[in-house]
Amino acid sequence: MNSLKKYLLAALSIASLSFATHAVAVDVEAPDALVKRISQEVLDIAKTDKDIQGGNQKRVLQVVEEKILPSVDFQKMTSLAAGRFWREATTEQQKQLTTEFRSLLVYTYAGAISQVRDQKVQFKPMRAAAGDTDVEVHSEVMQSRGEPIVINYRLEKEAGAWKIYDVNVLGAWLVESYKSTFAAEINKGGIDGLIKVLTDKNKKLAAATAARNKSAS
Amino acid sequence: MKSIVKIATATLLVAAMAGCATTHNNPVDPFEGFNRAVFSFNDGLDRVALKPVATAYQKILPSFVQTGVGNFFGNLADVWTSVNNLLQGKVEDGLNDMMRVVVNSTLGFGGLLDIGSEAGLQKHKEDFGQTLGVWGVKSGPYVVLPLLGSSTLRDTLATPIDFAGDPVSYAESPRGRIAANLVRVIDARASSLSATSMVEDAAIDRYEFIRDGYLQRRESKIHDGESGPRKKADQSRIAPDNVEKVAAVESETAAPTVKTAVAGTKVKLDTALVEAAKEDATLAPRVSSDPASK
Repeated sequence: MNSLKKYLLAALSIASLSFATHAVAVDVEAPDALVKRISQEVLDIAKTDKDIQGGNQKRVLQVVEEKILPSVDFQKMTSLAAGRFWREATTEQQKQLTTEFRSLLVYTYAGAISQVRDQKVQFKPMRAAAGDTDVEVHSEVMQSRGEPIVINYRLEKEAGAWKIYDVNVLGAWLVESYKSTFAAEINKGGIDGLIKVLTDKNKKLAAATAARNKSAS
Repeated sequence: MKSIVKIATATLLVAAMAGCATTHNNPVDPFEGFNRAVFSFNDGLDRVALKPVATAYQKILPSFVQTGVGNFFGNLADVWTSVNNLLQGKVEDGLNDMMRVVVNSTLGFGGLLDIGSEAGLQKHKEDFGQTLGVWGVKSGPYVVLPLLGSSTLRDTLATPIDFAGDPVSYAESPRGRIAANLVRVIDARASSLSATSMVEDAAIDRYEFIRDGYLQRRESKIHDGESGPRKKADQSRIAPDNVEKVAAVESETAAPTVKTAVAGTKVKLDTALVEAAKEDATLAPRVSSDPASK
């Protein structure tokens, strides 16, 4: 009985609150709407932007920075990939690790955008209960040939806004895919070792990007 | 094809021995030393032979020809997929796949056109390793096979059965068989060229990245994309006892939000609150996507 009372009370307070918010201009972006909007925007730009079509990598990176990054929680992503080692790292190491991992993912994502041609994205109905703060959004990228590419997102609500913290491509979660590499590198050379490996990798990618840019212009 | 099976079996035996000799810390990959050797062998072969050929194939042939080739082999593969879906007890999918083969083989000119997909018959891809997985056989350790690439112990044992279920292996002339397999491999490689270049960018250690991706992907295919244990964790979080706590937190965050909204600034409100108010909305299935979106 007690829990029922609690439940009703909670429901009531939620209901009254939402009436209050309803009266005001509501600017709610549900997690699936957020992902849908971002993917649509990015696809549209990739298909129409002359610079991107011409292979301008700088422009691609700019699109990633502007459109995608604000809705991604890189710190959570990095901490999950680092697993138990995250707590052993100093604040400074955590910061560096997040920055380097972020750059790596930006380059990867930019590479994916450069390959957009005629793809379309479809979203599946989201299954989540009201009040969930951690949800999965499911989408499929349809291409002219081959099976659709399943891309799923995990989002968490932080301070009122939804943020992506993991992406699944064709059944493999990004964080999970980096976990054992992270662990192996940390075992080899400590957290600083991993930071160095990531930094070197990013330097290589930056050089490759610059080279591609030169050949494109 | 038989020789590949032989190689695969031999690999397995050697891998088993190598596994005994080396101790590695990753429990999913006890044969890591051996696997890495095969991986770099495959990789080398890909670099000098398969990738250049596939790249040329992709550049030279018009895309409708490539689509046709892909569809043709896809149609042949649908036969075995259908059998496996039935073996897994997924009757509806199995019949769907059979319908695909019928429609594509006739109206689709022997499978060159994928009319089935356009008619809404969705393509699945199932092999015997997945069937064994559905039956409850554990995947066992990760194995990299020469030429065939990533696999697991279970899937390696299932591979000869997949070969037996492959219509191409029943082609009458041995030359035709070889030619068909070559074209199929090149076409498959061509369609994954962009994916491998992305792996190149993303991976710190390509071997590990591909292994971990493969194992996850296999597992997810066996469960048809459903990630099981996580769902349960999500359920527990919205147990009635937690509602009050959640509501308390919500009201704290919501209060300043309302103020700022009044001030006319853009704020992101909590969807959950609005959803909860619309009782009918929470009861009705939440169809928040637009299937017609392009």
